[in-house]
Amino acid sequence: MLTKRIIPCLDIKNGRTVKGVNFVDLRDAGDPVELAKQYADVGADELVFLDISATLEGRGTTLDMVLRVAEQVNIPFTVGGGISSVEHVDQLLHCGADKVSINSSAVKRPELVNELSNKFGSQCVVVAIDAKEVDGQWKVHLAGGSIPTDIDLFEWAKEVETRGAGEILFTSMNHDGTKNGFANEALAKLSETLNIPIIASGGAGNVQHFIDTFELGKSDAALAASVFHFGEIPIPELKKELKANHIEVRL
Amino acid sequence: MKLVIINYGAGNIKSIQFAFKRLGIDAVLSNNPEEILAADKVIFPGVGEASSAMKMLEESGLADLIPKLKQPVLGICLGMQLMCKTTEEGNTKGLGIFQTDVKRFDHSVKVPHMGWNVIKDLKSDLFKGLKENEYMYLVHSYYAEHCKETIAKTDYGLNYASALQHNNFYGVQFHPEKSGTEGAKILQNFLDL
Repeated sequence: MLTKRIIPCLDIKNGRTVKGVNFVDLRDAGDPVELAKQYADVGADELVFLDISATLEGRGTTLDMVLRVAEQVNIPFTVGGGISSVEHVDQLLHCGADKVSINSSAVKRPELVNELSNKFGSQCVVVAIDAKEVDGQWKVHLAGGSIPTDIDLFEWAKEVETRGAGEILFTSMNHDGTKNGFANEALAKLSETLNIPIIASGGAGNVQHFIDTFELGKSDAALAASVFHFGEIPIPELKKELKANHIEVRL
Repeated sequence: MKLVIINYGAGNIKSIQFAFKRLGIDAVLSNNPEEILAADKVIFPGVGEASSAMKMLEESGLADLIPKLKQPVLGICLGMQLMCKTTEEGNTKGLGIFQTDVKRFDHSVKVPHMGWNVIKDLKSDLFKGLKENEYMYLVHSYYAEHCKETIAKTDYGLNYASALQHNNFYGVQFHPEKSGTEGAKILQNFLDL
């Protein structure tokens, strides 16, 4: 059976991991390659690197990082953050990234999704959507969630699926950072209306939240950052608990 | 050991090259027929769309060359699918090495089939030292139907051939280069053939 996936997300700035990472046995917690290797060893199913560099120089170091991750890490990984052109995606894939994730650039120019899936295949095109629920309406937000739009989450998700997205990474702004659990109602609706995998993001705080997002949220994968980086939820234990709850995982 | 990865412009070559480097083998990327013929082992990769990949193979003459190779050849993902008779993707005629057809998953399951799933009923030296039901990483929207060349099976909505073998030709639907230490074992087994 296809397993549910556990995906740690690493924020990268100028080729280094940011946000405090408090991981045992690491010589250099700021080195994304070391951290990625560690995560692969403890059973992460995939990794996401989110480039939050503000400058071109910073972005350049990310390409070099992608190459080093591909060289040393034996599980798939996605790179996102500031990607807006076919050329940029071409570079990232050539450096060994398995997938890319696009967000605001797809909202600004939806044709980008078609262009990428036609050229590289749907399997490597992840569309990340940040959305916030206001008065019962889920609205897409841009630029890391700071700019609201009038676009409905579910309509937008359906549109990017039609345009060739291979996967949706949905972050609920209402849940992100709260550690109160994932947006399972919206996730289940996405999973039921779409026929591509859905990655849940935002709200992971404990093991039960992961169980809930796979059972109630019908998510195909769950992404989290701090609970993994600070060792609050060790991945081997999380997976054992999921298995004990009859959720298919790779152990 | 001279290992050549056929380079015809189809995707994930870097990852495969790195995976062999982790096993201590420097693979050469090449589309040169003489270099491919002279290799001890050949990898036939592929990510992307079948009809355009097949077109590139035909234009470069590799479509004629690959079925004539005598050394062990390993097709990965789309590479494996293009070694079959036909694929529904772009209604494409394949190389006809494996006597089976490639179909699209129907809508009873999410497509692409993406993530880790098990391979079972393993029947080849390619899987030496692997347990039944080992997890491999897969990303694909089309699958090969079973045939007498099936050497591994996977369930996703239906049961399909996740690996095939005909004489010196091997094909795997999954990505051994992205499937952790167990995937690396398969690549090592291929080197040891």
